[in-house]
Amino acid sequence: MATVAAFRDETPSVKTIAFAVSQWAGHLAGQHVDIRLTGEDGYQAERSYSIASPGGTAALIELTVERISDGEVSPFLTDGLALGDTIELRGPIGGYFTWRPENPSPLLLVAGGSGVVPLMSILRTRNKSANRVPGRLLCSSRRFEDIVYREELDRFAASDNSFSIVHTLTRGAPTAWRGETRRVDTQMLAKYALPAAQKPRIFVCGPTLFVETVADQLLALGHQETGIKTERFGPTGEKR
Amino acid sequence: MPITRGFKGRQTETVGARDRVPPGQYVTRDFPVLTAGPTQRTPLESWSLSLQRGGELISRWSWKEFEALPQTEHTTDIHCVTKWTKLDTRWRGVTFDDIMKAAGLSSAPNMYVMAHCDGGYTTNLPVADLVDGKAMIATHFDNMPIPTTHGGPARLLVPHLYFWKSAKWVRRLDFMEANTPGFWESMGYHIYGDPWREQRYTNDA
Repeated sequence: MATVAAFRDETPSVKTIAFAVSQWAGHLAGQHVDIRLTGEDGYQAERSYSIASPGGTAALIELTVERISDGEVSPFLTDGLALGDTIELRGPIGGYFTWRPENPSPLLLVAGGSGVVPLMSILRTRNKSANRVPGRLLCSSRRFEDIVYREELDRFAASDNSFSIVHTLTRGAPTAWRGETRRVDTQMLAKYALPAAQKPRIFVCGPTLFVETVADQLLALGHQETGIKTERFGPTGEKR
Repeated sequence: MPITRGFKGRQTETVGARDRVPPGQYVTRDFPVLTAGPTQRTPLESWSLSLQRGGELISRWSWKEFEALPQTEHTTDIHCVTKWTKLDTRWRGVTFDDIMKAAGLSSAPNMYVMAHCDGGYTTNLPVADLVDGKAMIATHFDNMPIPTTHGGPARLLVPHLYFWKSAKWVRRLDFMEANTPGFWESMGYHIYGDPWREQRYTNDA
């Protein structure tokens, strides 16, 4: 069981929820948890959410949840929970989409929307560690106000010369915006992805189509298949 | 079970189909894509399927030869460990029984199989879960060639187990003596993966 300990609004539709967890064995950056909600009639819903807080054994873990308006679970998590509520939370889960600070490879993170959440866990873990192998985050968001963790990312970029962050906005940018202003494409990856010759460890997380596109283009740029770890979420639109 | 204060849930999704939805699953009409790495795109000219025992070749089929094997249609529900269930999915392909027959095997030489795929993915399966019409290598979904994102040109279909067992881009079935864990089975997921017993993770009963 986990107890709601704090809330933080990240964007108009994204909220971070901190849970106090007992008997937490610790997690690796990139792992997720399963949440199970039970109604009074016994009806249950289960979903997986990425852990946003850094890897380790802290007594609090943070999940960052995007409110999907027609979703069954996410609106309850973002709007229905109150401080002190308890929910069933199980984890950590997943042993592949993970990063450890002793990893010596350059690090390339590519995020689409709330796909930045597990990558933020990696980034926070790296920031707490002594790892200063060159790295970069390419982060695609809809609008300026939709950038999850914007201020914290700015602080990371300002405080660490070995890690750079590039934002792109796909649905319009404020005046004086200095980032990119289109969907991630081959040219953008050619410009910002670390050179394939450096054999970076690559993590791509975002909506299905975003990840498909980015992974294909990274292969086309000569990146090694085994170096690319992906996590896809959301609908594919292939309804029938 | 502990009640979650204020949670009602939607429930409508599973009305009329609740006995077909394993615990912890929800029904989707979408067809989500879950893959640990990039999508594989092997041209049909260089595709082949191999049946092996302990790494030694028993039989191999080119795409043309494989398409000429007996075709079976199967409509079934599928259950992904990431919690979605999709009802009444329609597949066509070659059953494991027909693959064995085409290789001239009257019985399996070992109790387990490791499926090997393009991209390096593997998954382990008991032979008992493949025979008697329980599994096929599917080449068609909804009467169309399976899209690459969903494992085309050919994927395993073992629908009574969680769908990570239905490996995409399968190229090699290797009989083995021991139930050696595959890719996800070595990384925290259950060695067998029965959705009705909710065997998601390593320590689930």
